[in-house]
Amino acid sequence: MSDFSNQKPETGAFFQRDRAWHAPALTPGYKTSVLRSPQKALLSLDGTISEITGPVFGHSILGELDNDLIHNFAKPGESAIGERIIVHGRVLDERGQPVRGALLEFWQANAGGRYRHKKETYLAPLDPNFGGCGRAITGEDGSYRFRTVKPGPYPWPNGVNDWRPAHIHFSIFGHGFAQRLITQMYFEGDPMIWKCPIVTTIPDRNAIEQLIAPLDWANTIPMDARAYKFDIVLRGRRSTLFENRMEGN
Amino acid sequence: MVQDLGYLKESPSQTAGPYVHIGCTPNFAGITGVYDTDLGTVMVNDRTLGERITVRGRVIDGAGAPLKDALVEIWQADAAGLYNSPSELRGTADPNFTGWGRCPTSADDGIFTFETIKPGRAPYKDGRRMAPHITFWIVARGINIGLHTRMYFADEAEANAEDPLLARIEHRHRVATLVAPREGSVYTFDIHLQGDKETVFLDI
Ligand SMILES: [Fe+2]
Repeated sequence: MSDFSNQKPETGAFFQRDRAWHAPALTPGYKTSVLRSPQKALLSLDGTISEITGPVFGHSILGELDNDLIHNFAKPGESAIGERIIVHGRVLDERGQPVRGALLEFWQANAGGRYRHKKETYLAPLDPNFGGCGRAITGEDGSYRFRTVKPGPYPWPNGVNDWRPAHIHFSIFGHGFAQRLITQMYFEGDPMIWKCPIVTTIPDRNAIEQLIAPLDWANTIPMDARAYKFDIVLRGRRSTLFENRMEGN
Repeated sequence: MVQDLGYLKESPSQTAGPYVHIGCTPNFAGITGVYDTDLGTVMVNDRTLGERITVRGRVIDGAGAPLKDALVEIWQADAAGLYNSPSELRGTADPNFTGWGRCPTSADDGIFTFETIKPGRAPYKDGRRMAPHITFWIVARGINIGLHTRMYFADEAEANAEDPLLARIEHRHRVATLVAPREGSVYTFDIHLQGDKETVFLDI
């Protein structure tokens, strides 16, 4: 399935996940986590062939407008309403190596903070020209980019007056199933980031800042769209050079 | 001072939220015309090698209610125990089997279903063989970081008895949380997030 079959495959197990850097499972300020959080200790095991491998997706799955949320749901000749932005960055691993061929899927509310979803109840209107999903696959240097409108903030039922800051959801596939990650991107300068009970499930301020994309003035397209830069880091792999491996494995 | 190791930190996980289906299975969510199909809905075709099976189950919260807004992904070896991945160096996996599936839990009853094949055995790194298993990854609103676990097969008692991962489970009654019973060609794998029957989740 890979477009990169000439590259040397990687077979090392992944670095241990730093669980203190991530949110714990139980975060009572985010109420839904209370009944959905495992309470027993996780069983820790060095990665096996089942986790160091993973599905890889070729560029052939991509349609021409998959990375253009302004147009991929719009009627011909029309476009989504909102602040036009480019989101771009690189997918790296913890060793700083680019992750080529990584599939990113992203989804978001429209410029008014409304999702196109039957369970969505916010009174802000749908945009008939905005679906809210897109995807991209990273190049050799781990880079990706897409075009969209800046999502609006929205209220959600948690506390009586909790709001999500503007954000874009990301799902990322690296090369191993143990790298599988879902996260969210926030926007530089948004004061609502620090009020959000979902953001603050992450205990470390530096970790939260890793999810805030800066305005990238240099890559802003004059008279068209501002750019935000969002790098994503997936788990890194150990070198297998001195690892004991059975013959034939 | 010493040299800086230069490692980066993994991007912190955030919940998939209630609208994960917009991004991962938009056709299921009613957003049509953007992607032809939702990824991961079909794992097999009529030339896939191996025994056809159905894997079905629910993800159940601490109050006993099935999650109706979760997304479940599975990853497994082919019938010969090979993975369809560039990191698989032992041989070439069945080209008619993707090994990867993705299914939203149903908005009505919370059930997920995968039409797949029974995987072969793959080696543990010390040379022992693992029992046939399917790797699971579960995300949903209220889950801050995706949950990894494995499903084993109840009709593989002998292989399960020598599986290195199952052997690591200290409280032996919890092994059963990873073993799916079989009825005909259907294996049922209910995943319990909390409580007496809490599934063994993995840090792997
Ligand atoms: Fe959201």
